[in-house]
Amino acid sequence: MTAVVEETAPGKGHGATAAERDHTLITITLRIRRFNPETDAEPYWQDFKVEADPTERILTAMMKIKAEQDGSLTFRRSCAHGICGSDAMRINGRNRLACKTLVKDLDMAKPITVEAIKGLKLEKDLVVDMDPFMQAYKDVMPFLITSGNEPTRERLQSPEDRERFDDTTKCILCAACTTSCPVFWSDGQYFGPAAIVNAHRFIFDSRDEGAEERLEILNEKEGVWRCRTTFNCTEACPRGIEVTKAIQEVKRALIFRRV
Amino acid sequence: MPAGTLYRGREGMWSWVAHRVTGVLIFFFLFAHVLDTALVRVSPEAYDQTIDIYKNPFVNLLEYGLVAAILFHALNGLRIIAVDFWEKGPRYQKHMLWTVLAVWLILMAASLPRILEHTIKTIFGS
Repeated sequence: MTAVVEETAPGKGHGATAAERDHTLITITLRIRRFNPETDAEPYWQDFKVEADPTERILTAMMKIKAEQDGSLTFRRSCAHGICGSDAMRINGRNRLACKTLVKDLDMAKPITVEAIKGLKLEKDLVVDMDPFMQAYKDVMPFLITSGNEPTRERLQSPEDRERFDDTTKCILCAACTTSCPVFWSDGQYFGPAAIVNAHRFIFDSRDEGAEERLEILNEKEGVWRCRTTFNCTEACPRGIEVTKAIQEVKRALIFRRV
Repeated sequence: MPAGTLYRGREGMWSWVAHRVTGVLIFFFLFAHVLDTALVRVSPEAYDQTIDIYKNPFVNLLEYGLVAAILFHALNGLRIIAVDFWEKGPRYQKHMLWTVLAVWLILMAASLPRILEHTIKTIFGS
């Protein structure tokens, strides 16, 4: 396939000359909310102009700024391919992964705002304290709970039983959902969508026997009943998980005591 | 910590905000309503006097606003119940919101002449 591309269009794609590549570059402005706890009393906005291809990701532009303009710009990123869940940030007012947001999908004519996710303590620039988020995740016991002797082979499951919780297995713990939730902003004690999604993943797993325990945890004051169905979590999830639906299923399991 | 920009929520978030705002407005109406109705126990004259204060175009307009708030709160309340109890509710929440707004608009248009009848006649003549 690559050979064909090179044959028919020698000047395009990977073989493009620097001049051809530059032709597609445009100048975008990233308006980044900066904060250094050692020198700043409050966060402030700083504009950076950066050359970017419209098909590039916001993360690429940010790494360019960090490399070429200001090395002190602080943000988390690891795999840069939408799997590790490190670079959730608020881009143009909505929670997204910087590594999955393309420049062309945003309004390139206006400054693109980049802020830290909301509701968790800001540590520096775009880095927040993820500990409370991870604690809520741990609190729902996100591991297989079984009783009796361990089987000598795999724990088998029908495709239908697997399908029941398929959606919630996709979570990458990026916190885009939890920090898009108005309830979480005002009440940091709320378990939050991500923890409920991961509880859902085990509650509805036919191999798991800890559903009752997890349901009891989520039945508490700061559990699923805090959800006000604003659907911000569903809109924010970079993995396309129907988060509000998962929360609703846990609510219904609690009301009707049926898993 | 200053919050930065306003979160750009979509239909779900703004319907929730509208639900809260209309809920608070209805609460304040009920507060005033209980007080003015309770005046009838002070004396029927005091009650009549208070109700007379309400008989002007401004309060009439507020009444129409009250209808708007209660209608939205009630219809969206049904939508929220469906989101929580109907299996497919979360998936159709936007469709249900558009339905709520369409019904709201129809009922608002239908009630406009009846509720504002007196004010319209007073201002523009009969």
